[in-house]
Amino acid sequence: MSVSSATTEVVDPVPGAEAPHLPQQPDLVQLLTPEGERVEHPEYSLDLAPDELCGLYRDLVLVRRWDVEATALQRQGELGIWASLLGQEAAQIGAGRALQPGDMAFPTYREHGVAWTRGVDPLDVISLFRGVDNGGWDPVATGFNLYTVVIGAQTLHATGYAMGLQRDSAETATIAFLGDGATSQGEVNEAMIWAASFSAPVVFFCQNNQYAISVPLERQSRVPLYQRAAGFGFPGVRVDGNDVLAVLAVTRAALQAAREGQGPTFIEAFTYRMGAHTTSDDPTRYRLASELEEWKLRDPIARLKAHLSRSGAADAAFFDSVEAEADELAVRIRRGTVEMPDPPGTAMFDHVYAEQTPHLAAQQAEFEAYQASFEGGEH
Amino acid sequence: MAAQTLTIGKALNLGLRKAMEDDAKVVLMGEDIGRLGGVFRITDGLQKDFGEDRVVDTPLAEAGILGTAVGLAMRGYRPVCEIQFDGFVFPAYNQIVTQVAKIHARSRGKLAMPIVIRIPFGGGIGAVEHHSESPEAYFAHTPGLKVVAVSNPVDAYFGIQQAIAHPDPIVFLEPKRRYWEKAEVDPDTTPEPLFASRVVRGGDDVTVLAYGPMVKTALQAAEAAAEEGRSLEVVDLRTLSPLDLDPVFDSVRRTGRCVVVHEAAVTLGLGAEIAARVTETCFHSLEAPVLRVGGYDTPYPPSKLEEEYLPDLDRVLDAVDRSMGF
Repeated sequence: MSVSSATTEVVDPVPGAEAPHLPQQPDLVQLLTPEGERVEHPEYSLDLAPDELCGLYRDLVLVRRWDVEATALQRQGELGIWASLLGQEAAQIGAGRALQPGDMAFPTYREHGVAWTRGVDPLDVISLFRGVDNGGWDPVATGFNLYTVVIGAQTLHATGYAMGLQRDSAETATIAFLGDGATSQGEVNEAMIWAASFSAPVVFFCQNNQYAISVPLERQSRVPLYQRAAGFGFPGVRVDGNDVLAVLAVTRAALQAAREGQGPTFIEAFTYRMGAHTTSDDPTRYRLASELEEWKLRDPIARLKAHLSRSGAADAAFFDSVEAEADELAVRIRRGTVEMPDPPGTAMFDHVYAEQTPHLAAQQAEFEAYQASFEGGEH
Repeated sequence: MAAQTLTIGKALNLGLRKAMEDDAKVVLMGEDIGRLGGVFRITDGLQKDFGEDRVVDTPLAEAGILGTAVGLAMRGYRPVCEIQFDGFVFPAYNQIVTQVAKIHARSRGKLAMPIVIRIPFGGGIGAVEHHSESPEAYFAHTPGLKVVAVSNPVDAYFGIQQAIAHPDPIVFLEPKRRYWEKAEVDPDTTPEPLFASRVVRGGDDVTVLAYGPMVKTALQAAEAAAEEGRSLEVVDLRTLSPLDLDPVFDSVRRTGRCVVVHEAAVTLGLGAEIAARVTETCFHSLEAPVLRVGGYDTPYPPSKLEEEYLPDLDRVLDAVDRSMGF
């Protein structure tokens, strides 16, 4: 492993030749080591009761099981595609559990863990990947916007929503999720300029999972991503994205600062996409298996389990009960997916406009007449 | 406000003011629209009266204007975005096409996008590159958007208010070379519907369709044709998406001839769609193919050539002659 300097990190010259090294202190906020040892950080403290720690563990296990089940369903032809969150559970659960009910989250298409924390039904996410709709949940009621597939576009929506919160004198905040690749998008940079200029209550939460599909981080940035925030004029923090406690603490602090009128924060959650980009991807073409093995040692679930066991916060019966609950969730997801009905053909005409146009209404009528001409097998 | 003679620019200004007075959720956003009042002064005086939170001088980033407008709309606001010139809309094109146009459908009606995108469009002002374009077809081709083009002060005054009050996103095209054209505007009259075309001059020989800045050109052509004993019926389309073609069909069934005029390049322009629909609907009434008069299929030329590029009275009459010659 190469060694980071204090300020500018040297990135691996040959992509995939070495695992992306874990940044050295003091760059990285960590409260739970990969071995499950609880450590303190001078700026970020977190005091959770045992049942809260157990709740985070349950979240992590259940979203991973959801993810594994969805991947299997895609392999069996039940989903068109699936974007796995494997390895990023702690980043998403930590960020999601930092949110308060009135806060609004703006996800990419991989934030299944955040969706979970917002009470979105996994089947309402699955329906998107099955091709039934573009997401079945209510964005406003859940405080969780629909998935945005065009990279980075949602960061501007989060910023605009935050400007609305300012106008409403609401004591809530927004959080914009993005990946390392998205930091190259012009719209993301525009969002950060706007957020800074208007001191908008928005947190930019970047999961640096090291790859934009196949392209490693050094093609996107020559400086650590969190350092970019300084150029926009607001704080940037790098947190161990596989440490759910650190992510929770850092995100809570950033959201609270936003709610109190202190403006935006950029959080770089340093993590690793342990699976493929999506089920259509083949990571063996661009990275070495040894890299994955190295990151498995930093698994977000294993370290929390070790901490819970070692500290006595949980016992075997608890872990067994979570496993049983995960099994039940997997069954529910599988059954709900295969039983999910296809939408009616006319659904594509619905909601194109709030006020339907005569032209589109006529086109729909033509479609219905055409479809009806096949009924009874006469044609 | 009493009935008064207004330019298109002033009518827009007063229409915006009225919309802001009527609905506190209306927020204007754009480059230089605050203290300066916009490069065409359409928002003159509004920031002074409504404050910086409602008339927002934005950073210089068009995608940012539209992207943050999406978030504001999700929060219940009605953003009115000014794009400074037609050719500058393309940095925002991604947000308009992939987000603004699709979010209502994506959310199955749970998220409304009452956003108005004001664009001064068209040429004829002797400007440099990117300041004279007619991008309407890109937006009219995009499901989820509605597109209107005003041609006169009355439609400007009422149309901007109707667009702001409408629940769907609207690209609102303003004929920049006609900003200084005047007409009497009576605010107490009942406005015509926003999505309706209108016959602005009756005639029997050829139906001429135009919108925005070309309506005046078409009317001038009709005046000249009348001196030669030809009677042109002129229709101001007013709405480009959805198109309101029933009055056009009625007209073409009588005249049997149709000429479409716009500044935009002819290939795959609005004229192509209109020609197809008129042909589908009025096939047995047509005495001649539907003809198009528009910009050539070149980039908008340097301004010394724009008089040759833009349709004018003579090119409209030339098309009328060709139509009559079939």
